[in-house]
Amino acid sequence: MTYLFTVSPDFSPDHLSGWFIFNTWLQRVLETRFHLELFDDFQALHRAIADDRVDLIYSNPHDAATLVREKGFTALVKPRGASDEALIASFSGSEFNRVEDLSPGAKIATADDPTVHLIGMMLLEPAGLSKDNIQLIECGNYVQVAKKLLKGECDAGIFFASAFDELSRPIQDQLRVLVRSDIQVLHHSLMASPRLEQYWETLQEALLAMDGKPKSQEILQSLGFAGWEPVDREETEFMIDLMDTLTYSPAESLDS
Amino acid sequence: MIADMSQEAVQGEFREHVLQLFQGGPRRVLVTDIEIPYPDGRLIVSRTDTQGIITHVNQSFVAMSGYREEELIGAPHAILRHPDMPKAAFKDLWETIQQGGIWQGYVKNLRKDGAYYWVKATVIPNVRRGKIIGYSSVRRKPERSKVLECVQLYAAMRAKELEEDR
Repeated sequence: MTYLFTVSPDFSPDHLSGWFIFNTWLQRVLETRFHLELFDDFQALHRAIADDRVDLIYSNPHDAATLVREKGFTALVKPRGASDEALIASFSGSEFNRVEDLSPGAKIATADDPTVHLIGMMLLEPAGLSKDNIQLIECGNYVQVAKKLLKGECDAGIFFASAFDELSRPIQDQLRVLVRSDIQVLHHSLMASPRLEQYWETLQEALLAMDGKPKSQEILQSLGFAGWEPVDREETEFMIDLMDTLTYSPAESLDS
Repeated sequence: MIADMSQEAVQGEFREHVLQLFQGGPRRVLVTDIEIPYPDGRLIVSRTDTQGIITHVNQSFVAMSGYREEELIGAPHAILRHPDMPKAAFKDLWETIQQGGIWQGYVKNLRKDGAYYWVKATVIPNVRRGKIIGYSSVRRKPERSKVLECVQLYAAMRAKELEEDR
């Protein structure tokens, strides 16, 4: 039997080869076959999850709710010391110095990344901005978001903070960060389906030991990780609850 | 019971109020007119048990409340209750979350030093195996115009409550 392993489509292109190397390591450790399938976008990934095709996934926080609560996945590990953060930036020559300088009607560039988009929309709230009163311009990736700002086609952009930090220095120098999130508890994690239950323990032990061996350390480096740390069930449940609070949007009522 | 606020911890001129806390008895609080701005980009997060006793706080919660973490863990969440908040808001909050719903609203919180800070709060039940085991409260930076609307609205609600209490 061949299991399907995938990676949330928000991974950095710099780490593409790293995930293929990780898949080879995975097959060797578990002595079973895994096929690494990288979906083009979140829609394709969500269809695969809905169809129960995914067995192992390096998942973003947004998809964790479906995977854990509807599909019975369990989170095994998360990258050590890493959390998912977002930021709002504008062109450095613009009149916007803080997020409250943006007004309803603003054109906001965003990428196809549900977790980052959600955090970004939360960061825009203090300016009175919501999906109902801004123009969202969808971009294929964060370089395109930056280009929209540099060309003056958008007032601000929502960035995955780590992707922003990986932009070239000349591009970063032309952008101004209006606000950066510091949430600390949202993170990607490696999640395994119930079909892999027999491997959960072995896999978690092997993952946690990766940073102790030179060869597997190289694999971690190719993924941009210092190492893995364990995630328990309650930590994942708590993260999902927290995501639910950010997603929640009642009918507007001050005295609710 | 929550201990009364101490005068030594309060900065500047203050007013004294006695809050009647639900399940918590009376509490003497000291309030000033100093507002502490909400920190950009942060979430203030706490968890309680089903009785509203704090079981977890993040560093942003500790920093904004002015209390030490060990003072917060085990204390009722009402330790943050500001006398300008109408009782009706918290009644609605508890009724909503005890029924398994999510509550969202704007809240003026009281710090240990008598100052205050406004938040947009969302409270969600922690449901595990079909049972509510506690609640998580996540606060974020509120829009200023909403805060100003709430200042007026809550003042009117408080005035009505005080009238009814007489």
